[in-house]
Amino acid sequence: MTATRAIRGRLRASLLDAWRAFGLSFVSLAGSVTLFVLSLLSITLILLGVGLVTTPTVLAAVREHAELRRRLAAAWSDVRIPAAYRPFPPDLRTGFTGQVERTTLLLKDPATWRDLRWLLVDMTAGYALLALTFALVVFPVEGLAVAAGLWRAFGDDPYWYGFVPVTGQASALAAGALGAVLLLLAPRTTRPLLRLHFVLARAVLAPTHEEELARRIDRLTETRYEAVDTAASELRRIERDLHDGAQARLVAMGMNLGTIEALVEKDPAQAKKLLAMARESSAEALTELRDLVRGIHPPVLAERGLGDAVKALALRLPLATEVSVELPGRAEAPVESAAYFAVSEALTNAVKHAGADRVWVDMHHADGMLRVSVTDNGKGGAVVGAGSGLSGIERRLGTFDGVLAVSSPAGGPTMVTMEIPCALS
Amino acid sequence: MRVVLAEDLFLLRDGLVRMLEAYDFEIAAAVETGPELTRALAELEPDVAVVDVRLPPSHTDEGLQCALAARRARPGLPVLVLSQHVEQLYARELLADGNGGIGYLLKDRVFDADQFIDAVRRVAAGGTAMDPQVISQLLSRRSQDSPMAGLTPREREVMELMAQGRSNGAIASQMVVTERAVAKHTSNIFGKLGLPPSDDDNRRVLAVLAYLDRG
Repeated sequence: MTATRAIRGRLRASLLDAWRAFGLSFVSLAGSVTLFVLSLLSITLILLGVGLVTTPTVLAAVREHAELRRRLAAAWSDVRIPAAYRPFPPDLRTGFTGQVERTTLLLKDPATWRDLRWLLVDMTAGYALLALTFALVVFPVEGLAVAAGLWRAFGDDPYWYGFVPVTGQASALAAGALGAVLLLLAPRTTRPLLRLHFVLARAVLAPTHEEELARRIDRLTETRYEAVDTAASELRRIERDLHDGAQARLVAMGMNLGTIEALVEKDPAQAKKLLAMARESSAEALTELRDLVRGIHPPVLAERGLGDAVKALALRLPLATEVSVELPGRAEAPVESAAYFAVSEALTNAVKHAGADRVWVDMHHADGMLRVSVTDNGKGGAVVGAGSGLSGIERRLGTFDGVLAVSSPAGGPTMVTMEIPCALS
Repeated sequence: MRVVLAEDLFLLRDGLVRMLEAYDFEIAAAVETGPELTRALAELEPDVAVVDVRLPPSHTDEGLQCALAARRARPGLPVLVLSQHVEQLYARELLADGNGGIGYLLKDRVFDADQFIDAVRRVAAGGTAMDPQVISQLLSRRSQDSPMAGLTPREREVMELMAQGRSNGAIASQMVVTERAVAKHTSNIFGKLGLPPSDDDNRRVLAVLAYLDRG
């Protein structure tokens, strides 16, 4: 029973593969041919000027076409094809000049030429693989149909089913047997063939090692610049806080003490009053310093690490917060600090903007990644935009190759997730 | 009264020694690292320990951990923990064994010698001394809570002082009312919060803190 069920399951899977290959073969042939012709035409027409306007649109369509294949490769065969298009600079001009700039940038991008090469491969070898996948299921089914009586339709001429000449019911049954054998073999062939199609696409589409290195260097340059910039502005903020806060208070205290010295015999009552003031101001200076220290590196973080620091932070919040931590060790101090301030910012947003009354924080470490999520039941609508606290977090995490994702549909809930590659010690 | 003091910064350690001696405490030992503290607590059996949270060599919460370990070995060993910052998280850990004889104060509180010494004495006697900041954090989290909302401002004030570990007498003198008035407020508070009444000051404080921390 189980054996039959297993065979049936495998047959169903290979039928699905065949069906997918069938559908995709149209996309592959028609899409790739059309887009290739259009791209070629559009790029040639650049000489006449028209191409300058049409090329970005056509190439965008090519990228969409390739993107669809990337998605299907991941979904159907678990083949990951990285995309490595150079982003457009944000200050691109509008109108005709912008379009010209766009065309130039696109033609300079090696990924564009890789896409075009892939279109050629896809409409030939790629298509052939899809057709074969489909045929490996259809052909056996035809054999069964021939055996079931379709042979009568072929008349007197021997119909060749594979290597079997079909002339009557007997040979038709032989064709049917061959079909059945092929059908049973189908589950072993369709899956690898479909996968091969995507592997072929990956071989042509994926960026070369050198390109990946170049992109990595670009990214490192960018994040390093941002890290230095952030550090510098943080230092400026600390300097200003110290200058206007604790430092000023100490000056005032020193002054008061001087006055007290002068007054202590002449007017003890007034001196006592000033002493009380001096003490108050020293207490205030301490409070300010404490807040400043908390902003630079929270003491609990230094003493206990990320887990307890976030728990302590949660206890300070005016709303119900659940913190679950699964960290078997401590990450490097800069990573801990970045993660802490990221959580802190996300929690602040939940309190200030989302109007939430419950927050859940989850932190764990798996596969060399520190994963943190902060979820609230507020009204949603949070975006990572210029100037928002979240984009600051994104930059800070970027220094560690960390990423931030925000899911915040209108009406809530908001979920901020972060991933930072790091090792625990 | 014999004190073991653990503080790594020389200036503060020296200042504390002077202050405690001025109030007739006997300094059994003034140490600067965690291991030294552990040894002193085990060997000298002081009446009270005054401990900085952060101590060398690790410069983490070593002082706190030593204090907690010593209290596990000798339940109820009076410990007053000092820190540059107070955290509800740490307060919870200190209070977890429910034994009393616990203090947790900001270092700023040493500015007011009388109050600080009062806190040390209270802890040594098995009482509690919680920093006002811990209490206000606890209270701010419980503000929407219905039984708490039922307290009058006066009762809230009494509760805040009580949670810090003050006795009825101390609360009365601070609020400039009679002790009897304070006693009335306390019984009202316990009634409104549904806590079992008790004549023992320390039990009462611990009950209030446990109630506040439950949030």
